Amino acid sequence: MDTTATFWLPTAGSTVAHEVDSTFMFIVWMSTFFFLLIVGLMVFFAWRYRRRSGDEVKLDTGPTHSKLLEATWIGIPLVLVMIIFVWGFRGYMRMRVVPANALEIKVTGQQWFWSFSYPSGATTVNELVVPADQPIKLLMSSKDVIHSFYVPAFRIKQDVLPNRYTVAWFESKYPGSYQLFCAEYCGTNHSEMIGKVRVLPHAEYASWLEQSTAEVTGLSPVDYGRQLYKSKACITCHTVDGSPGNGPSFLGVFGKETDFADGSELVVDENYIRESILSPRAKVVAGFQPIMPTYQGVLTDKEIDGLIAFIKSLGGGSE
Amino acid sequence: MSDTVATAPIESRIAVPKQIDPKTGLPRPNFLQDGGKGLKSWLFTLDHKRIAVLYLITISVAFFLGGIFALLIRLELFEPGKQFFNAEQYNKLFTLHGAIMIFLFIIPSIPAILGNFVLPLQIGAKDVAFPRLNLASWYIYVFGSLFAIASIIISAADTGWTFYTPYSSSSSSTAVIPMTIGVFILGFSSIFTGLNFIVTVHKLRTPGMTWFKMPLMIWGLYATAIIQVLATPVLGITVLLLILERAFGIGIFDPAMGGDPVLYQHFFWFYSHPAVYIMILPGMGIISELITAFSRRKIFGYTFIAFSSMAIALVSFLVWGHHMFVSGQSEIAVMIFSFLTFMVAIPSAIKVFNWTVTLYKGSIVFSVPMLYALSFLFLFTIGGLTGLMIGTLSVDVHLHDTYFIVAHFHYVMVGGTVMALMGGLFYWWPKIWGRMYNRTWALVGWILTFVGFNMTFFTQFILGARGMPRRYWTYLDQYQPLHGFSSVGSFILGIGFLISAIVLFVAVHHGRPAGSNPWGALTLEWTQTTSPPVEHNFDGEAVYEHGPYDYDKVIPKVSI
Repeated sequence: MDTTATFWLPTAGSTVAHEVDSTFMFIVWMSTFFFLLIVGLMVFFAWRYRRRSGDEVKLDTGPTHSKLLEATWIGIPLVLVMIIFVWGFRGYMRMRVVPANALEIKVTGQQWFWSFSYPSGATTVNELVVPADQPIKLLMSSKDVIHSFYVPAFRIKQDVLPNRYTVAWFESKYPGSYQLFCAEYCGTNHSEMIGKVRVLPHAEYASWLEQSTAEVTGLSPVDYGRQLYKSKACITCHTVDGSPGNGPSFLGVFGKETDFADGSELVVDENYIRESILSPRAKVVAGFQPIMPTYQGVLTDKEIDGLIAFIKSLGGGSE
Repeated sequence: MSDTVATAPIESRIAVPKQIDPKTGLPRPNFLQDGGKGLKSWLFTLDHKRIAVLYLITISVAFFLGGIFALLIRLELFEPGKQFFNAEQYNKLFTLHGAIMIFLFIIPSIPAILGNFVLPLQIGAKDVAFPRLNLASWYIYVFGSLFAIASIIISAADTGWTFYTPYSSSSSSTAVIPMTIGVFILGFSSIFTGLNFIVTVHKLRTPGMTWFKMPLMIWGLYATAIIQVLATPVLGITVLLLILERAFGIGIFDPAMGGDPVLYQHFFWFYSHPAVYIMILPGMGIISELITAFSRRKIFGYTFIAFSSMAIALVSFLVWGHHMFVSGQSEIAVMIFSFLTFMVAIPSAIKVFNWTVTLYKGSIVFSVPMLYALSFLFLFTIGGLTGLMIGTLSVDVHLHDTYFIVAHFHYVMVGGTVMALMGGLFYWWPKIWGRMYNRTWALVGWILTFVGFNMTFFTQFILGARGMPRRYWTYLDQYQPLHGFSSVGSFILGIGFLISAIVLFVAVHHGRPAGSNPWGALTLEWTQTTSPPVEHNFDGEAVYEHGPYDYDKVIPKVSI
């Protein structure tokens, strides 16, 4: 099947996309027809019956009501909207009923990143990796405000709530990389709460999963930290070039005497960094908003060690 | 071309009041002079016409502010990444744009300005039923607006105009409380206006004007008033609960305190969906007036248009869930809301077909108000038809919270309501001020508005269908060409509105005298009083002589 993007719609990457697209295009063409009919009649009547200069105002001679006409333009639209109502509902139910053989992945939304955890124990941030030709069930919840999991190419969207689980599912037959958005406004960095869904052929997925599940070894703590800095979304708010983002830059912070919003001051050390990752609002650097989410439960001790090593490597202005 | 409906002189069968009083030989005193000249005479006036002018001034300020915020948003979105504002400032901008345009501008606009001015005149009443309550509504409007505007000075809310929980209950922005207090207060202004209109329509119609002889503008305002009175209290309670939660930590919506955030969405849309019809129904009323007056035709299917307003008002209470198709509602709830949404589309379609057919065999004049009415038909049809796409469940899952939604409601609200408001202002301006505007410049304003609007918002249908989420400060490069085009359009739209505003403003003092009935229309405000009307609207009691659209029986005299 053709999966390429059309004028209106993006790439059709999931098994439900084609049905959604045909419903959408049917309404587009139906709407085009009615738009041309109404605007065409309007322009035609307005021009045909325009008052020419010098015309006398004539007493009106046209019809003023017709039960038959009214019945026609009530009846025909009624039938048409019932058709699209049923069609839309059927498509919607296909999106709601999760196939029994679906692979379940836990999705967590929080300001402002997505994390995914696999049954094997592997976790990823802002990148959902899934096998092709396999239904995927997403069990989703939020750690703070409402988010919404939206993959345009799959035509799926589901709000992610802080007080209960919501579910979405999809199946893609087309390996590739698809854009993931947060669609429910969730605060300052809402527009950067984006990621990718990577669909891999089965064999590739299996080796990816094996690799991700195994402990990350062979990297120096600094390199591991640098990798986490990107993959765990620190990079969204903290630069490493000295320019302030939503949070302070990591460049040269280690060992620096820092002023906090509550008036206190402190030299940045390992314990301060650890506290800032796990309880970000305990000490907020002066001039910044207390908007960082907690990474409690998101990062392991080993990962925190790696991040501290990475930030230390940026200390004093030299990497 | 003449500014008015110039035709060969013809005999009139109806007497239009002369602008010059035959007894004194002087122009008749009108409401602009009779009530006194000083500021005090305006601030303490009980005259519905003067209160309409007060609303006109304050609501125009709100529209200007909201428009400036809109242009700043489009400036920022011209390219991805930071142009002028950071993400936090951008989030405040779209919140302010939305909140001001919805609560301070579009909800009060047509009822409070044109409704106040026209409703008593069209039913032949001397004023509304409760003139003091009417003035109080204006003060409450100003008071509520001050709270909303004060929130900007404090720091401005960044929650979006919908104030969704738990973000709004936990957001660090301190301006959420003043902004929502403003919304709470503004609600009372709306309720009082609605109540006043309901009683006025029931009790003060001139003898002979039965329900089905009322102008359709009155039906539109009446249906609107019912929604204002019944739905607005729910909004008041909802924002009050939100304020209690933020100020005192009483857990209602925030799960951190044991609340349910989706409950907030139900409460909010239970008001805010009917509110959409508060915005559009009076606009539909205006369109019925304009189309008949400028095609010299009796409206086609009067009773169907009148009843469709009432049907919309009733069914509008039952469709709020279509804002929440992906919020985690049960499948059965979602199915029912989708079905009812399609049901509410039918009465709107009835109106559009009836208006179109009214043009048939008419005698059509392309006056400025008529061009706005025809643009309304064009744009509202697009707004309505795209509503079918987002009412369809499977398709809405894809389109929800994208630019498609943004484009859809701007086509309905701006392409519909604001076009109707502009048409109404250009139609009744000569009645309000007794003076006619410059037609050429009014046409320049209209064409720029129409072209700029379509450039700005049609683009956004494509953006949304291609997956661009709304309320994004920055975006993927692939969306830049469409965003850039939309931003250019928004400035053309802004210039169009500015020119129209200048044209109207200049006419107040410098327009040439318009006469009692420059359009040759048949409703009472044109046939039974001067321009501007006298202080108590009519000399003695207004006389119901013919129906509002009896162009088949009466030839109205165009009086200049």
